[in-house]
Amino acid sequence: MRDYILRRFLLLPFIMFGVAFMTFLAYRIIPGDAAILHCQLECTPDTLAALRHEFGLDRPPLPLSVDTDPPFLEVHSDSQFGSWLSNVLRGDLGSSFSYRTSVTGELGHRVPITVELLVLTVILALSIGLPIGVLSAIRPATPADWLSRFLSVLFLSVPSFYLGILLIAFGVLWFNWAPPQFGTGYVPFYDNPWINLQQFFFPALVLALGESAVLMRLTRSAMLEVMRNDYIRTAWSKGLRERAVVWRHALKNAIIPIITVIGLQIGGLLGGAVIVESLYNLNGMGKYILEAIIRRDIFVVQSVTLLFAVSYVVANLFVDLTYAWLDPRIRYA
Amino acid sequence: MAREVALRLEIEEERPEPRKRWKRLLSTARKHPLGVFGMGCVSLLFFCGIFADLIVPYDPEATLRETQTYGTLVNAIKPNETRLTIANAQLEGGTNFDIDGERMTVLPLPAPKVSATGTIINVQRASSQSAHEAGATLELDTAIANTKPSWSHPFGTDHNAKDVLSRVIFGARISLLIGLTAIITGVTAGAFFGVISGYFGKIIDTIIQRCVDILLAFPAVVLLLAIITVVGDEDSSVRRFLANNTPLPKGEFIGIPTFLDVFIVALVIGLAVAVFTTRVVRGAVLSIKENVYVDAARAMGASDARIMMRHIFPNVAALVVILGSVLLPVAILAEAAISFLGVGVPLGTPSWGADLSDEKSRQLMLEGYWWPVFFPGLALSLVVLGFNMVGDAFRDLSDPRLRGSGLGGGGGGGGAGRGPI
Repeated sequence: MRDYILRRFLLLPFIMFGVAFMTFLAYRIIPGDAAILHCQLECTPDTLAALRHEFGLDRPPLPLSVDTDPPFLEVHSDSQFGSWLSNVLRGDLGSSFSYRTSVTGELGHRVPITVELLVLTVILALSIGLPIGVLSAIRPATPADWLSRFLSVLFLSVPSFYLGILLIAFGVLWFNWAPPQFGTGYVPFYDNPWINLQQFFFPALVLALGESAVLMRLTRSAMLEVMRNDYIRTAWSKGLRERAVVWRHALKNAIIPIITVIGLQIGGLLGGAVIVESLYNLNGMGKYILEAIIRRDIFVVQSVTLLFAVSYVVANLFVDLTYAWLDPRIRYA
Repeated sequence: MAREVALRLEIEEERPEPRKRWKRLLSTARKHPLGVFGMGCVSLLFFCGIFADLIVPYDPEATLRETQTYGTLVNAIKPNETRLTIANAQLEGGTNFDIDGERMTVLPLPAPKVSATGTIINVQRASSQSAHEAGATLELDTAIANTKPSWSHPFGTDHNAKDVLSRVIFGARISLLIGLTAIITGVTAGAFFGVISGYFGKIIDTIIQRCVDILLAFPAVVLLLAIITVVGDEDSSVRRFLANNTPLPKGEFIGIPTFLDVFIVALVIGLAVAVFTTRVVRGAVLSIKENVYVDAARAMGASDARIMMRHIFPNVAALVVILGSVLLPVAILAEAAISFLGVGVPLGTPSWGADLSDEKSRQLMLEGYWWPVFFPGLALSLVVLGFNMVGDAFRDLSDPRLRGSGLGGGGGGGGAGRGPI
């Protein structure tokens, strides 16, 4: 176990370095560098050179380069990749070249929005998925079971962006109501919890329905498996009430794979946040990266992509550890 | 011994007469109505995708126009004349119409007057020099934009005056094209790298698997977005290579206006599929290569390539096919998602995702024009639903513990059809 955790931790920086290198390189392949994109029509060689210098694009991209004549390996101490990486490690994620704002400062406003969205999503998904999954498992082959299975396959299939569009449109058409962020901006939870929850409820619900479908199926199959065990029969024969058997004895043992799956879905949820935030006009990380990608703001994109990857990998690691902690029988080879 | 006999009996039982087989199929179908429904959706996707250009009622790209006739001219018009007499027409001030291609606008004052020969109106003419003969028709050519679903346009028309039903049918073709291209390229590449990585182990395995680790570290949507902006760029090297060195058509092909863009999106999704497939196939190969027949083949002097081709690959082929069919709806969904985000296929392509992302359509939806967005999304949802239901039915059928107990469905992996989105 200890070896496994150690190995995961040791591998982490290498993966992160690979991720950073890959994002950096990918956005250096695009023809036409940031400076040309930035100055558009009023490009003169002078302004272009000045912009390149300002963005640091006149420096060598990588710390190592090969001279062909004569063959010689050159080391650059001021390379773009090197300085970006060392800045990132110091917490400075660079600045947007179209808005000249600092990425770290921008993320300060945006990360809480995405985190709130994801937390609310997981809470909603659990409170929809778990009870329905349990109900479907303890009453197999009844109308309740059929309905829950139909719901799960339905939620699984309707894409979040379609569901989101429908909810917005029919909310406006039938109830003349749209989430308040379309009128006012984002309202922090501590300023006005009621408005804040109105802003977040539907985007979180849209993300949560798909997630809850996965949880429903998993809860159902895990519960069916657990309910066959001897200790459940013992609990029944002791004369325990159904509630005690199901919630205390069965669900506690069925919860472990469910937690793992929540962890595995975090990547999907982060991706879903990109979609839902841009649909529901929430200025979170997802919307930030999408706008930066469309603007070709490579400094923002490379830093935020890195942040996405880091949070995903760290979340997965965390889930693995929780998994082992919850079920002491689990030993990783 | 007895066990062997029983086994043989079972095997013989498994091969019924052809007619019996049909009966059994029918009874299976009756037990899994949702599976049959799913099969129907999937078949419809394939049917629409393959025969799209034969079954569409209108061209999905064409702006639909209709000609409205207002009446006929009673008197000939000389140049500079702005007073017309028209038979059987009710025209209000401000109405536009054409006579022989010349645009005229009815003036509100003096108001139209009904006389014995017809209605007398005053107009403003686009070119006052031309003359028109008596009997010419007054007509107006209008785009049929934003019309409600009706018999002639079952799904209505959108704000560009395009038939939504035709676009949805062509969307099936694009989804199918992207899905199949992505799956075939992705699964092939993934199987190739997976087999090599698992079979050789050591340094090759480490290199391939660390690359996979890095690519899997991105949330799938973010990975797709990142790659598509690099590869899909106006003059990216990949696009130039595909345009100049392959027989791929640069312009329109099989009714898809931006074929190359669509193809590039498919390749990018294929890359994500390949990453996932590599990991899964490698795991399977690790256990397969421990089999005695691999040792036997090696002892007989078979080369690595031969062992991989003849002994390893056939054993992962079934897994690869299953992966492909599970990932097909995921690939279709991925295309729709990135097109929805505005970085996939170009706007205006009749793709479901692009139709959902059309800003103007979504704006109009809030005013009650729901059909141009509703139907493409419905088609997408039904296709994914269909694939999921078929998958569930197959899992029920293949799990002997659940067979016939009515307990099937929902078991197993928890959401096979939910990949990156």
